[in-house]
Amino acid sequence: MNKTGLYDQHVRLGAQMVPFAGYLMPLQYTSITQEHQAVRQAVGLFDVSHMGEIFIKGPESHALVNQLLTNIVPQGPSDKAIYGLLCNEMGFVIDDLFVYPLGKDEYLLIVNASNAIKDEAWIRIQSHAYDVTIDSASNRYGQLALQGPQAEAIIIEKFGSTFGQLRFMQYAFADFAGVKVLISRSGYTGEDGYELYADPNTISKLWDYFIQERQVTPCGLGCRDTLRFEGALSLYGHEIDENTTPLEAGLKFAVKFEKDFIGKAALQTEFEQGPSRRLVGLEITGRGIARADYEVFADNQKIGRVTTGYMLSGHERPLALALIDARYAEIGTTLDVIIRNNPVSAVVRDTKFMDKKYKR
Amino acid sequence: MAELRFSNTHEWVKVDGKEALVGISDYAQHSLGDVVFVDLPNVGDTFSAGDEFGAIESVKAASELNIPIGGKVIAVNDALLDHPETINKDPLSTWLIKIEVATPVDLSHLLTPEAYEKIAK
Repeated sequence: MNKTGLYDQHVRLGAQMVPFAGYLMPLQYTSITQEHQAVRQAVGLFDVSHMGEIFIKGPESHALVNQLLTNIVPQGPSDKAIYGLLCNEMGFVIDDLFVYPLGKDEYLLIVNASNAIKDEAWIRIQSHAYDVTIDSASNRYGQLALQGPQAEAIIIEKFGSTFGQLRFMQYAFADFAGVKVLISRSGYTGEDGYELYADPNTISKLWDYFIQERQVTPCGLGCRDTLRFEGALSLYGHEIDENTTPLEAGLKFAVKFEKDFIGKAALQTEFEQGPSRRLVGLEITGRGIARADYEVFADNQKIGRVTTGYMLSGHERPLALALIDARYAEIGTTLDVIIRNNPVSAVVRDTKFMDKKYKR
Repeated sequence: MAELRFSNTHEWVKVDGKEALVGISDYAQHSLGDVVFVDLPNVGDTFSAGDEFGAIESVKAASELNIPIGGKVIAVNDALLDHPETINKDPLSTWLIKIEVATPVDLSHLLTPEAYEKIAK
């Protein structure tokens, strides 16, 4: 089992450590609900050093990245990170990721920890006809996410006002004790916030600074999931996987048919015909909480499954995301979720469980 | 005052004559985290020792509840429907169900508080 460079800090803070994507990660320090509220109301700090980093460099790196990704990646250097999907020829999702166009011939991909090895293999196979080098750098980088309404003030005080001027998805480099730190105005919580990338030793010092000197609440993967769910942000392995297309999952905004990419033909056909399944929001009106993989029924047949579900404080009823037959996806449709062998009523709703607080 | 007895699935039972209260241990509530929902049986339902009688859900997951000794449900703690978090605050005095049991009650398969403390760490 791998450990991030912050393992000792997590244990000292009393974290409940759990295996996740091959790493021992903090699930929670105090309680998921308290940590969730800290991010919504103040500021929280996450160790997300398990995330994978892959560099694509070389004269044809820009062309390769655009062939791999469903979204348009501008030629570097560009100060805006791009969200996109890595699809196979059938249009199914291999992974979702962020790209930092660092230079004309240098692109940094941030991939899911659980997919890092698979992604690298896929990228290497696709890169054969391109003059590029692929460099898997996950062990050389740590990552922190500072999230919440108070994140901006803390970042400005430490790194300067430039970082307050960044808009959502913009990034810049800061100097921290002589080391270059990539600071991006982004996150996975639906809040305003920042993600910081540097070598593990620097990340460890930054963690200690935020926790000890700024009293930021340490936050575990437990609330990372409740926060991203409330923001209706997809998680690989739940809302998206190799049996799901970006169009089914409501990620059309990151699929650009005006350029070429792997999976385009399949996705264009699907787009023209309309996806047969859709990711919808559910409000559970009966008694029970819909959890991942619970079956969804309508007209006495299975029409889909729950991808994520929670009962969150601040919401009157349990909520869920579900991938269902498109014919039942209209808002207001009544369905059943099977909870412990019993049908429990649910109503289709939008996925806007909260207003995102991004600084656009 | 009867002493609590614990199952190795982390429920407790407190027998008082022909009646018994059932709840979950402090270790169980701590492992679960914030309890947000309980699914309890109906009054009149009958269970044998070890049967699943309901479920308890924290923010992160659902867990089944197993009854430490057999009996017939004579009351459920309805207050938990609106305030499941009570279980986190005071697990050992927050009962989930009250059952009617056959006497004499066999508690030999259950653990004393001292024995339970050794396994629940």
